[in-house]
Amino acid sequence: MKKILVPLSIIPLLALLAWGFRTDPKAIPSPLVGKPAPPFKLQLFDGGNLSLEELRGKVGVLNFWASWCYPACYEEAPILEAGWLEYRDRGVLFIGVNIQDTEPKAREFLRLFNHTFPNGPDPRGLISVDYGVYGVPETFFIDRKGMMRAKHVGAVTEPLLRQKLEELLKDGEK
Amino acid sequence: MGLTPLAKEVIPEIGYAATAVAFGLALYGVGASAAGAYWKRPALVESAQNAAIGVFVLVTLCMLLLEYAFIFYDFSVRYVAMTTNRGTPLFYRIGGLWGALEGSIVLWEWMVSLYTLLVIRWYRSRGGEGYPWVLSILLGVSAFFLLVMTIPAPPFARLTPIPPDGRGLNPLLEDTGMVTHPIFLYLGFTGFTVPFAFAMAALITGRLTDEWITTTRRWTILAWYFLSMGLLIGGWWSYHVLGWGGYWAWDPVENAAFMPWLTATAFLHSVMIQERRRMLRVWNLTLIVLTFSLTQFGTFLTRSGIIGSVHSFTQSSIGIFFLSFIGVVLLFSLSLLAWRGEKLRAQGELDSLISRESAFLLNNLLLVAVAFTVFLGTIFPLIAEAVRGTKMSVGTPFFNRVTIPLFLALIFLMGVGPLIAWRRASSAALRRHFLWPLVIGIGGAAIFFLLGIRQTLALLAFGLALFVTSTMVVDFTKGTRARMKTGEGLLMAMTRLALRQNRRYGGFVVHLGVLLVLVGITGSQLFALHTETTVALGEEVRIGRYALRFQGLQATEESNHFKVTGRFVVFNNRHPVAEMFPAKKFYPQEQQPIAHVAYRSGLFEDLYLVMGDFTRDGQSATVRAMVNPLVSWIWIGGLVLTLGAALAILPDYRRAAS
Repeated sequence: MKKILVPLSIIPLLALLAWGFRTDPKAIPSPLVGKPAPPFKLQLFDGGNLSLEELRGKVGVLNFWASWCYPACYEEAPILEAGWLEYRDRGVLFIGVNIQDTEPKAREFLRLFNHTFPNGPDPRGLISVDYGVYGVPETFFIDRKGMMRAKHVGAVTEPLLRQKLEELLKDGEK
Repeated sequence: MGLTPLAKEVIPEIGYAATAVAFGLALYGVGASAAGAYWKRPALVESAQNAAIGVFVLVTLCMLLLEYAFIFYDFSVRYVAMTTNRGTPLFYRIGGLWGALEGSIVLWEWMVSLYTLLVIRWYRSRGGEGYPWVLSILLGVSAFFLLVMTIPAPPFARLTPIPPDGRGLNPLLEDTGMVTHPIFLYLGFTGFTVPFAFAMAALITGRLTDEWITTTRRWTILAWYFLSMGLLIGGWWSYHVLGWGGYWAWDPVENAAFMPWLTATAFLHSVMIQERRRMLRVWNLTLIVLTFSLTQFGTFLTRSGIIGSVHSFTQSSIGIFFLSFIGVVLLFSLSLLAWRGEKLRAQGELDSLISRESAFLLNNLLLVAVAFTVFLGTIFPLIAEAVRGTKMSVGTPFFNRVTIPLFLALIFLMGVGPLIAWRRASSAALRRHFLWPLVIGIGGAAIFFLLGIRQTLALLAFGLALFVTSTMVVDFTKGTRARMKTGEGLLMAMTRLALRQNRRYGGFVVHLGVLLVLVGITGSQLFALHTETTVALGEEVRIGRYALRFQGLQATEESNHFKVTGRFVVFNNRHPVAEMFPAKKFYPQEQQPIAHVAYRSGLFEDLYLVMGDFTRDGQSATVRAMVNPLVSWIWIGGLVLTLGAALAILPDYRRAAS
């Protein structure tokens, strides 16, 4: 009996380490969630400006990306474009913010994925600082009243996008 | 340079196929070798051997194909696109192979298969009853890594759509340290697989004589040496790349590499007691099991993302594979140990507390205590979150406070252990060996005190270093004198003594290396100067004896980044002695600019400059300047360590003669 105890003694340790998978040491919730979204001004790639005011009354999806960000930005790019095409008529505005990038590479990325939602660079990093962007990609969901409702780190998936948008759209109808 | 479309089409596929076939071969080899051992069928073992050779060939092929994809920018391979881009210089494209998770597993597995090949080469004809089991265990480890390469981290996985350019290597990795540090570290980590396999084979066959220890002694020293150098090069890299002036931060991943080093060091010492006194058998087996498991644990920590660290690679599902592997290894080896427990009774007994055995025992206890402390501190964030649900971690103060006294005690034992007699030391012998070294150590500390050094830790460390050095000098002088009585000249006597007792004196040289590291750490931790100032063009920063005049900024466009370089003229006591060029590098894919440290190394101190912010017009810049005393001694200690390990690993003179 005693013999079995020696090998078994490591099981609690293994259990602790296995439990560790469920935690993420880097996950620190954004302090901005539940507060008004910080104002911003974006110069778009195809000319024109866009600012937070234009989101009034709409549900906003603010996506921070870069052309060098493999594979996450490449995985989510088609999903974002499809989401935009599906939800644009239901009062949702998608906005892409290109950070830490060069303009030719960013334009090539937009061409590659045929992005049609408004997109612009943040050359001095002002918007990403205000939004507390840590890395790319990060996506922020803003409700009709201009409140920050959620922050997603990493590539956006279709179910996640759908769930968040339906939630925010339903919310405003009440 | 582009790839022809055909090459892009097939090379990754060939690589993937090679991985899968190698995995199959390794699995087959595990079974065939074990079956051959069990039913005494040499033909099966022979075939397992061929499988192992096949694994080595296929893994080598994988490495070459992956290198090919790197050198020719095959961005259709996801891993290549992640770790390189068109601006990455050739040198770092080659090294980029192990710049992230998938490739480092390939390198690791390649080393395991290489060690396996060497074991086959050496022990095929004289390995005895245990050899097939050794082969089986080695192939089992290979099989695990090949499984990882096949399922959770395939290096040849494709990326669609194919990006026009890759993401690029982490800029901090663009350094020569990138090429040397991982190779040494991995050679060390993987090297412990060999003694581990021999230990397991001894447990399985029940031939628990001390044969496995003598057989694997050199392998253990070799692995220990590589691991030590891996750690030192890692420190050197951090020192001259990261720009905070330090070389060790008790970061979880540093700890992960340090823990197996501690248990391996304990093992290296305690095997001597087993060889000499037939004691500590269970303990030695446990230490090698621990060391091997800790090397895997290190990989697990780095790759699983359960603990935050500067070294962490992206999170992946690989963690669960490694955890399962560690679980299997521990359950398997500890069960074997428990099963063979009765056969492992010690034959010798401890005769006296004042003896070499007890000095070594104490050394082992201390080393394991440090390892346990480091382990606890490393996984503490996890424990805290599990128990209290809050995120906390312990930092440098905890590690320093607990480990420094233990390390100083270890250094003291380093002076005592090699000289004190086995079994029981007489007080006359004690006086003969230690009187002068003690006088020199204490006297030296007193002189340092009079010279104005008031830190207790520094006095202790320098005094102990003197004490230990004197014990070695006393011992070596006695040996040389004894030889000279037989008519040998001084040099001849010294050389012959070192070569005839190469194990002992190799160990001494290694100890000397460790002492140099100790002095370097003490000097740089306790006496560093540090200042951070903003200077206008033509102004000076003062630090210690130095004045640094800011002479302006220069901007340049490099192949994959933009660089702003500051120019400083260094005055030492009013005399201009050099120009230094600290810089900041801006990589498009990085949020933070990367510092390029400028440093002047000297035997007694380093001058170390890091650029901070600057104004666009180049009129002013912030600079952090440091004077780090004795840092070079750490790196010199590494070189001495190399000499000592080489001496210790030479074939045994006496045995070869008889």
